Amino acid sequence: MSPRHSAEILKHHGVRPAEYAEIERGLGREPNLTELGIYSVMWSEHCSYKHSRRQLKTLPTKGERLLVGPGENAGVVDLGHGRCVVFKMESHNHPSAVEPFQGAATGVGGILRDIFTMGARPIAMLNNLRFGDPADPHMRRLIDGVVEGIASYGNCVGVPTVAGDAMFDAEHGGNILVNAMCVGIARTEDILLARASGAGNLVLYFGSATGRDGIHGATFASEELTEETLERRGAVQVGDPFMGKKILEATLELIRRKLVVGMQDMGAAGLTCSTCEMAARGGSGITVDLDKVPQRAEAMTAYEIMLSESQERMLAVVTPENAEAALEVCCRWDCGGAIIGEVADHGRVHVHHKGQLVADIPALHLTENAPLYDPAAEAPAPPPADPEPPALSDAELRDAAYRLLASPNVASKRWIYERYDHQVQTQTVLRPGDGDAAVLRVRGEGGAPDVFLSVMSGCNHRHVARDPRRGAQLAVMEVARNLACVGAEPLGLTNCLNFGSPENPRVFWTLREAIGGIGDACRALRIPVTGGNVSLYNESAGGAIPPTPMIGLVGEIADPAHITRPGFRAAGDAVLVLGEAPRHIGATEFDRVVLGAKGFRGTVEFDLARELALQHAVLDAIRSGHARSAHDVSEGGLLAALAECCLAGGLGAEIGGIAGDNAAVALFGELPGRVVLSCAMESVAAVETLAASRGVACERLGLVAEGPLRIGSLGDFTLESLRAAHETVPDGC
Amino acid sequence: MRVGILVFPGSNCDQDLHHACAGAMGWEAAFVWHSQALPKSLDLVLVPGGFSHGDYLRCGALAALAPVMADVRRFAEGGGLVLGVCNGFQILCEAGLLPGVLRVNRGGRFRCMPARLRTETLASPFTNRCTRFLTLPIAHKEGNYFADPGTLERLEENDQVLFRYVDAEGSPTPAGNPNGALNNIAGICNAERNVAGLMPHPERAAEPLLGGADGLGLFRSVAAALGALR
Repeated sequence: MSPRHSAEILKHHGVRPAEYAEIERGLGREPNLTELGIYSVMWSEHCSYKHSRRQLKTLPTKGERLLVGPGENAGVVDLGHGRCVVFKMESHNHPSAVEPFQGAATGVGGILRDIFTMGARPIAMLNNLRFGDPADPHMRRLIDGVVEGIASYGNCVGVPTVAGDAMFDAEHGGNILVNAMCVGIARTEDILLARASGAGNLVLYFGSATGRDGIHGATFASEELTEETLERRGAVQVGDPFMGKKILEATLELIRRKLVVGMQDMGAAGLTCSTCEMAARGGSGITVDLDKVPQRAEAMTAYEIMLSESQERMLAVVTPENAEAALEVCCRWDCGGAIIGEVADHGRVHVHHKGQLVADIPALHLTENAPLYDPAAEAPAPPPADPEPPALSDAELRDAAYRLLASPNVASKRWIYERYDHQVQTQTVLRPGDGDAAVLRVRGEGGAPDVFLSVMSGCNHRHVARDPRRGAQLAVMEVARNLACVGAEPLGLTNCLNFGSPENPRVFWTLREAIGGIGDACRALRIPVTGGNVSLYNESAGGAIPPTPMIGLVGEIADPAHITRPGFRAAGDAVLVLGEAPRHIGATEFDRVVLGAKGFRGTVEFDLARELALQHAVLDAIRSGHARSAHDVSEGGLLAALAECCLAGGLGAEIGGIAGDNAAVALFGELPGRVVLSCAMESVAAVETLAASRGVACERLGLVAEGPLRIGSLGDFTLESLRAAHETVPDGC
Repeated sequence: MRVGILVFPGSNCDQDLHHACAGAMGWEAAFVWHSQALPKSLDLVLVPGGFSHGDYLRCGALAALAPVMADVRRFAEGGGLVLGVCNGFQILCEAGLLPGVLRVNRGGRFRCMPARLRTETLASPFTNRCTRFLTLPIAHKEGNYFADPGTLERLEENDQVLFRYVDAEGSPTPAGNPNGALNNIAGICNAERNVAGLMPHPERAAEPLLGGADGLGLFRSVAAALGALR
């Protein structure tokens, strides 16, 4: 087939024979090595979504307030008064597994660039981490490195890290997950798209110089982790948050002063992706001269320059009249600046190096003709029934409660979030630990009123593993429930789909079902998917990771008086729980900690319509002024939720007893979702009425009280003992 | 009241200081780029937090050499009020305008949390209106105040310690010390009392919506001190 490139070279580039044939067809000849490298990264899963694109197309992407949907650097939703919110989530899993500090730091840098490239000032970062058992010293090294990497970048750039989650399950041990989300605010008139348009316009490069680091990062991200890939450390990039901060400021100034007509950061696949995608989106061509690209390594080849993933680099299109002013901005912010080419109307990507044309590719062929696969899908065997819930004595239930509260999946993540600056920019109303979701006050500029946004991200992968469709619905709805508990309604969704190899039919089936579930939930919530990221091939010697479709939501709070916290507020208030009582114990934290992970079994008992009614009832209770606190029941079940309400408020509660056939299920069951509310005694009837009008169950649990948390026959849990358990830091972390 | 807020590449609390000065206090506040001259007739110079020059080399070391710092030094020598917060404190120490250094926190980690402080003296332009105890956010990795024994002794003797970290009972114990600072020192002033620095962020505690307004005490103190001068 290819006289020019050996089978080994093609395999190294992850280019399949049929793909090579398509490259030849598109070029009308065989590609040279530089062109092969360009195709290989553009057609990697990371850039082309070749295994997931068809499924992603099923997601709802329309909304009245949606300004920019999937396909750009980030999604944009209108906030009114000429302002909009820009957000996206992305993964940096494989780099973080190899070099946790730099992998996580550059993940943060990359998602920040996606936001400010659109013309938005980043105002918040979130991250979702999935690790193995922290008892393993190797895992502790990864945890510490990832957290330090996130902290080092976000803190330095001056963007607060306000929310997220972390879970520790053995199934993620061989392939950790590092997902980061960024939220920014822009003037709508400043929103800038990644397009190269206007033949004769110039291509401006600024930021760090290009080195040999990170060559083939995008291909690396689209492979399974093996001993060999773990050795490929050259594919991991090194971050420079100081340069990140400087290009952030320079970019926003360039956009605000309208000195650029298109912008794209150089992230995955670096110069290749930025030039090719901008040309293709702009329906134009682009010519670049690699001799003009600032370089920090000697004698780099065209292949290396085009495929380098050196961090903190930006590409912009400027009109010739504005070039000088744009270069002056880059110079003032001390981030280089060089004109490396121009937009052309030839529809091709022309790359020159040392006087030679070293690549000549039709721009649209790289994007429009990227391979598209419809992989085989096969449903795995249906899971066996749930484990029988054990009949535990009161003493055993008490012991279980403390063990659950101390489990790293339930316990406070203070030991992680204290390392992140969550207050810089002085907009953070609810910080990590303050509420079920973060709340940010966005200052009104130029007479516009303040806007209150709520952001949260997460996914309980255990339920997705049991039933990907309903598990993914639940993942979306649980984040939405977090928003409801602080008084917010969602505006839009971003996601990061972390799965194993799509070439495994069972993994692909799971991916397809999960995407379907996300779509179902978005339609129920009437919100669009504004964009996201797909991270496949998350596999190690231990097999594929549990399917983890991470969900990020941005919501709005109509009135700051509605901002609600989980903590109980006053002794004598009534404690209510809204929603249906759990009926099983499968895939709960109780199952993992107390039963020894009997595991991912049974059906996911979850109904979208009922969940939506629950969230509306909670919002009704908040907006009517009745709810004084609200908290989602999640990992650890009702007992953990009550303990958290007590700890957050510094008050105890008298709970009569918790109804249910089995005490363990009633106390520690997690599904379907519920919400613990407190309200003044005189509001109880009103809350019951408004819950009933939504068809939502509302159970009176007891009263807020000074002193301990007292639960029926289980007796007293002092706040000190609850706090000690809940503040447990994994040994050595 | 005219305030100059310095901006170095990598400063990231400059806007927050501006919001506190212009928004909460109603002052006229202007940014001063690190390579520019300090404007005339300022009442107060603020050196903001952040990661000036990426904290490369050593926190504050490169910013201390910026052209604007020569003007700041002259301004201070003329009796002008200068306040550094977090990285600004580090810069003032590196510039020699304040004694001592800020070392890496005990434990080696960045910490972002509310810190309980005790105001140690009202006899300064920065603390005369501060409450006895206040809660201000900290957010730093290098906030562990250190000075040689002689310097430390002079600071204590001259009443130059403005704030100390304290525990829930209000005592400067190791349990109340978030970073290992000697004598639980959170903020100091120079011998002339017109230059001060602190690691906690008063500008992050300037409105109840964001969790507290204890930080306004510092700004009100400056206003009172300058009012008294006129």
